[in-house]
Amino acid sequence: MSGADVLLLALGAVAVGAGALVVTTRHLVRAGLHLVVCLGAIAGLYLVLGAELVAWVQVLIYVGAVVILLLFAVMLTRAPIGPADDLDRAAWPAALVGAGSGLGLAALFVSAYGWRAVEVAEPGTAGLMGDRIFGSWVLPFEVVSVLLLAALIGAIVVSRPDIGAKDAKERAR
Amino acid sequence: MIGANQRFPPPGDVALVTMSTNLGRMTGYLGSYAVLGLLLLAGALVFVGAFGANRLLRPANPAEPAGKRVAYESGIDPVGGNWAQMQIRYYVYAFLYVLFAVESVFLFPWAVVFADPGYGAAVVAEMGIFVAVLALGIVYAWRKGVLTWS
Repeated sequence: MSGADVLLLALGAVAVGAGALVVTTRHLVRAGLHLVVCLGAIAGLYLVLGAELVAWVQVLIYVGAVVILLLFAVMLTRAPIGPADDLDRAAWPAALVGAGSGLGLAALFVSAYGWRAVEVAEPGTAGLMGDRIFGSWVLPFEVVSVLLLAALIGAIVVSRPDIGAKDAKERAR
Repeated sequence: MIGANQRFPPPGDVALVTMSTNLGRMTGYLGSYAVLGLLLLAGALVFVGAFGANRLLRPANPAEPAGKRVAYESGIDPVGGNWAQMQIRYYVYAFLYVLFAVESVFLFPWAVVFADPGYGAAVVAEMGIFVAVLALGIVYAWRKGVLTWS
């Protein structure tokens, strides 16, 4: 067992343990903070597997931005948001869906690769990614900007009902 | 850190080279991050050592005067709960941050390659279009008064 295997196993155990804490904790904010550990461990997995840029993107976007967005959304919901019993609902549908998709993905993975050794790809550095994006995937890259713009304007319109209402009033005039 | 993996480990550092050799097939790549890992480990050990020494050396004789464990606000007893509902405008700022973080993710691979031979002004123009489309979003937010703090 090489050092990379040990690192993969340890980071995977951290990710699974933190993920279990996310869904079992009784405190919504703690769930968000456990999510930081879980996503950070997944970033470590990417790093060990050689996807260097994806690992740091995971840290920047998911650990940095998405968790902040999630915590802000939690703080928006209502006050107070301590440990809440009335938020609980039956756990078995979620457990069923989680276990089903996990087993399905594992079966897919085993049937695709079996137990044979797979050639390790070259590390996915920023240079390699830039070469691919600006070499052959320019159009999807530009479409991403339109998608982000739509998400931005949609979030502004949804979060500020006064904006849409004012426009409607002007149109009716 | 990205793109700097050719510089590590420093030549002549026998311990680091041995460690990176132990990390298997991806010697240069994982070895470069082993340096980072060792640095983080050393930082954590300094922290643990400092606080452990503090715990071992300090006298343990805590006093429990009345009111010691009561939270206070500027010297006054707190009123109400410690959680309050936030305004939606904070969420818009967080969302703007997420979007421009996603944008910056695409800037990193672009910044590495755009000056290489084979990429001309076209690649610069492509990134210009990408940033301009996103800038439309900021202009929209600005015109709608989302960025003003009333």
